[in-house]
Amino acid sequence: MSSLDRSDVARLAALARIDMTDEDLDRLSGQLSAIVDAVAKVAEVAGSDVPATSHPIPMSNVHRADEVLPSLPQERALSGAPEAEDGRFRVPQILGEEA
Amino acid sequence: MTATRVSYDEAMQDFDPVFGIEVHVELNTKTKMFCGCANEFGAEPNTQVCPVCLGLPGSMPVTNEKAVESAIRLGLALGCSIRESSRFARKNYFYPDLAKDYQISQYDEPTCYEGSLEVVLDDGTVVEVGIERAHMEEDAGKNTHVGGSGGIQGASHSLVDYNRGGVPLVEIVTKPITGMGARTAEVARAYVATIRDIVRGLGISDGRMDQGSVRADVNLSLRPKAPAGEDQDAVPFGKRSETKNVNSLRAIEKAIHFEAGRQAALLSAGQPVVQETRHWHEDTEETTPGRSKEEAEDYRYFPEPDLLPVEPSREWVEELRATIPEHPAKMRARLKDEWGFSDLEMRDVVAADAVPLLVATVGAGASPQSARKWWMGELARTANEQGVALDSLAVTPVDVAELQGLVDSGRLNDKLARQALAGVLAGEGSPTAVVEARGLEIVSDDSALEKAVDDALAAQPDVLAKIQDGKVQAAGAIVGAVMKATRGQADAGRVREIILRRAGVEG
Repeated sequence: MSSLDRSDVARLAALARIDMTDEDLDRLSGQLSAIVDAVAKVAEVAGSDVPATSHPIPMSNVHRADEVLPSLPQERALSGAPEAEDGRFRVPQILGEEA
Repeated sequence: MTATRVSYDEAMQDFDPVFGIEVHVELNTKTKMFCGCANEFGAEPNTQVCPVCLGLPGSMPVTNEKAVESAIRLGLALGCSIRESSRFARKNYFYPDLAKDYQISQYDEPTCYEGSLEVVLDDGTVVEVGIERAHMEEDAGKNTHVGGSGGIQGASHSLVDYNRGGVPLVEIVTKPITGMGARTAEVARAYVATIRDIVRGLGISDGRMDQGSVRADVNLSLRPKAPAGEDQDAVPFGKRSETKNVNSLRAIEKAIHFEAGRQAALLSAGQPVVQETRHWHEDTEETTPGRSKEEAEDYRYFPEPDLLPVEPSREWVEELRATIPEHPAKMRARLKDEWGFSDLEMRDVVAADAVPLLVATVGAGASPQSARKWWMGELARTANEQGVALDSLAVTPVDVAELQGLVDSGRLNDKLARQALAGVLAGEGSPTAVVEARGLEIVSDDSALEKAVDDALAAQPDVLAKIQDGKVQAAGAIVGAVMKATRGQADAGRVREIILRRAGVEG
């Protein structure tokens, strides 16, 4: 069935910004393929009459009223920031372009 | 690789344009999409943030019901079907304007899909624009680039304010729009203007393009013109560019002009158009390349596990459908008839964004022409002087109707009414309160007027004889003198009657 090859894993690693050695790629492409193949077995059991599902719990429409709740004070919001400046999170130079 | 750009008209002669527009509408809910932080512009940085919108571990998003309602109403106004079950998805990308490294959006199951919108051009031509989808998502935070020229290039580092992160957005995506030829830029502009008017009419967004609450991305491609007699739709689409964040109606037209000219020059020179994102520069009216789309824009969307599906009941959808106002262009045509305005008068009112103000003023009892006179005259001048929008002035439609009522009942003349309005704008209270506080009422006490008339006649003794000789217009000099003596607080018509009576002409 579908399997992840080495180049798939290398691409995913790059997208996720994870550095991987050649050994990592060899090892993980084997392991991840085994996982994907195991999950793919579900497709053999589920016929076309079984709708695809993304949530195991049969619930929907859990909403919140549009009412303002207190936010964090600025010092607390920034307390976990590696660096802050002028009440803002300071981040390294952004390479590439604006999203 | 730089082919010279050709003009828009030349590009349209040689090629057939295909375009599509994505409009992001910022909703005016009280709170954010998935948390209770205030959705309000202009606060101190990072004071409207919480563990949810900062993406802190263990926090859980919960959907804002009002935002869902607004999205459904917008979808209905765009003629969309409302999906019985829709869900959210994570769009993964690394950029510091999102603290979570993903944006919660909708992907394969958007709430609103398959709609169509009538767009009315200036000359009355109606164009049907197909709507692919309208989906909910969250806005990102705001980056400030430090160092360099303030732009992203050359910046030493960036500062991020997450107050806007998590603010609810609806993204409206059109189907590819074809067959517009040289009217492409005009149609694109009119489409965005219509969306802006619709969101304002629905009351779900302030629709301020200058403040970013309505933002457009413009996709454009060119394809060769089909030979005469052959089907243009059989010609495959060309490669497209996507120009991001085009934030005024004028800029939408200009961006299409620029891109069409740029792409036409490349194609004519036998060079390829690169499928890419481009940035719009308001100052130079040009686009420059951004990320190349060929670098696999792979967002690895997957269903958002922390949020449950949205399954609006059909009853709710029908209740919301009943709240959808009529199409803005149709409403304008109806109002123009009802108000008896000329084309020019109506166009000015529309251009000044004054339609809702006039509707409210007429609703409060003023005649349409008097409402138009105040809003497009004195108030438009004041707004212009103060550099603010008409609806930001410190005067309400009810005030304007009340002021006109004072004029209609003869308590104020035009000059006094303008003074009363100045008082209202200065925060002195309602027109009636200002009139009382400032003592602005017309002098209607006949004995005071008679004395003023007699004084004026005594000062200009020849006038009386002229009037008696039949030169009634000579009375104007006395009316003027009386108005001056009463500091404008006399009713000119009444003054005239008194003069004529003194002269023994008419009763």
